[in-house]
Amino acid sequence: MNKIGLIIKREYLTRVRKRSFLILTFLGPILMAAIYIIPIMLALNSSTDHLRVAIVDESHWFEDRFTNNEDHTFILMPGQPIDSVKDMVKNGVFDMALYVPPTQLNIPSNAVVYSIRQVPMEVETYISGVMQKEIEDQKLMAKGVDPEIVSAVKTDVNLQVMRMDENGNEKETFTKVQFSLGMILAMLIYFFIMIFGGQVMQGVIEEKTNRIIEVIISSVKPFQLMMGKVIGVSLVALTQFVMWILLTGVLYVGFSAYIGLSNPEMLSQGTVMAQEITSNDIMSNETVQNIVQIAHSIDFGTIITTFLIFFILGYLLYATLYAAVGSLVDNNTDSQQFTLPITVPLIVAIISSFYIVNNPDSSLSVWLSMIPFTSPISMMVRIPFGVPIWQIVVSVVLLAVTFVLMTWIAAKIYRTGILMYGKKLTYKEIFKWLKYK
Amino acid sequence: MTKISVNEVTKRYADHTALDRMCIEIPERCIYGLLGPNGAGKTTLIRILNQITAPDSGQVLINSEKLCQKHIARIGYLPEERGLYKKMKVGEQAIYLAELKGIKKAEAQKRLKMWFDKFEIGGWWDKKVEELSKGMQQKIQFVTTIIHEPEILIFDEPFSGFDPINANLLKEAILELRDKGATILLSTHNMASVEELCDSITLINHGKSILQGKVGDIKRQHDTHEREIIVRCDDFNKVMAVADTYNNIKVEHTDLHDETKLTLFSESPNELLGQLLKVGQLVSFKEVLPSMNDIFIQEVQSKNQAA
Repeated sequence: MNKIGLIIKREYLTRVRKRSFLILTFLGPILMAAIYIIPIMLALNSSTDHLRVAIVDESHWFEDRFTNNEDHTFILMPGQPIDSVKDMVKNGVFDMALYVPPTQLNIPSNAVVYSIRQVPMEVETYISGVMQKEIEDQKLMAKGVDPEIVSAVKTDVNLQVMRMDENGNEKETFTKVQFSLGMILAMLIYFFIMIFGGQVMQGVIEEKTNRIIEVIISSVKPFQLMMGKVIGVSLVALTQFVMWILLTGVLYVGFSAYIGLSNPEMLSQGTVMAQEITSNDIMSNETVQNIVQIAHSIDFGTIITTFLIFFILGYLLYATLYAAVGSLVDNNTDSQQFTLPITVPLIVAIISSFYIVNNPDSSLSVWLSMIPFTSPISMMVRIPFGVPIWQIVVSVVLLAVTFVLMTWIAAKIYRTGILMYGKKLTYKEIFKWLKYK
Repeated sequence: MTKISVNEVTKRYADHTALDRMCIEIPERCIYGLLGPNGAGKTTLIRILNQITAPDSGQVLINSEKLCQKHIARIGYLPEERGLYKKMKVGEQAIYLAELKGIKKAEAQKRLKMWFDKFEIGGWWDKKVEELSKGMQQKIQFVTTIIHEPEILIFDEPFSGFDPINANLLKEAILELRDKGATILLSTHNMASVEELCDSITLINHGKSILQGKVGDIKRQHDTHEREIIVRCDDFNKVMAVADTYNNIKVEHTDLHDETKLTLFSESPNELLGQLLKVGQLVSFKEVLPSMNDIFIQEVQSKNQAA
């Protein structure tokens, strides 16, 4: 019947035309882009401010240790009393003054930076870093250890983790990447189910309080109305999702082009600095290699396919339940009592994902990713770590069967609930509805 | 010909029986009244006809066919609890509701324009429903109920929320629909509109039919043989002298000083009339039939007492 199509169309259009949808659709990518753009902007902007730092070093340990760069110049003021240098800061000759009192090795040094304006974090860490290094070296020398030796023995252990399958194939794994990927996927499913499941419930409550429900169900079956709403809202969710991805891409490309056109040098500088922020001390060559390796180790095909399957099935399962709950209440404030049984498994799933992400193959994790109410979230946490195909199949089948069963139950509750007004309901009573013809 | 036939329909809910072996025959092209106190089972019966719920036992026939999915498009239903999507525009919403009944968009648009003009609500097409008053919304609701030109119309308290002018407009529209061939089931507590509109009625109490038939016949069955006579005579005592010979009579003065009203409870008023004609001028004589309101109260109360 095309009646369900009409319902889907209405549910979809009324939601997509809403101002709140448009705002959220455009705000999401802007926030996401901001995460990428702001570090670059900051990196670009900080270089425009050049700071002059006067140094009064009464210990004479650090005088030649500070190096100048585009951001800051260090000017030594040997023998000058700190007070006169402070006056020069006040008059604007210098931006700030570093004062190091006479220092002994066993006394913690207490150097002071005097400045009219806020000292940039970057400068502060640079100065304290240089001083810390110098004092450590001095201490090592005092104990008769050459600091050269210490830096020579410093070693980075690069632990490779290889996963083997039954056929003896080995694959390198990157726990950190899998960790964050799993959590992001689980969070996405969690939020989408909560937000759009909630929208389904709102829609049902709206129809009930508007009293339009009886008019509609004299034309279509309650089941058609319920499923039309559930599917219509799911299309809204998918639209939002796709729009976010597209807009983020557009914003990213647009921003890169803008920076690139206005100042090609700054772009390369900006990206280099942004990279420095994200990847610590790794040489850029290694970084590129690493990224290629990591990308190679992740099975994007499986992740995207399973994400879509679990997202759609998980959403459908919960959305029909939300619809049933919406039908039980007369207004939003009453919904609390009946939403609890729905939100509990969701919350259990999201909380346990912190455990699963650390023990993806433990038996508890496997069970959670099999139980239909937690599986959409729990399974997505495990997927990046690699899950045997039979487990995925069993989980999907269980989820699909539960969805059909729950839809049947939800439809029975929904059908009776939408026509009930002003009655205090108990779970016992709702159970009886399942037997109505 | 019988349009709707309800046979032995029973519907039970957890704690009560809403309909108990209900039987109703609704002829074609008539306005049929469904009466009964609150909670009697009217809404349940209406919902069964609309296939919103299914009976536990018994069956409903429409045109001698078993009620099924295809009949949905042939029924128009105006529920007692009715409303519209508040945030949706009037025209868009009316088209949506018409499309749900299986009308093509272009056709729906054409018919809606016609009805909107008739009800003088053409200017509301692009307004949101929440901007309209309750009475305005009711008009739109009525139009969307009949837009698919159904053979059967079910109105549950159609007049609530209408002012007298619009209620009259609605009444005329209902009569017109009947004349065009629709069969109309009217459920209401407004007894005046039952007398005005309905050809036949069923009175339901506690899920059972307690009274059924043509409105005229029912009234005659409940006839208390009350006859009202007004005579004009300058001498009131002469009238009293005649009346005193009867014990089933009530005598009242009217506002006009020379007119007297006599109420007789008898099947044969001829003798009294003959005597009165000798003493004065006969102004009026009429048979007083009980109102549907009286019959309703009397029937429901006597059944409740018996139970």
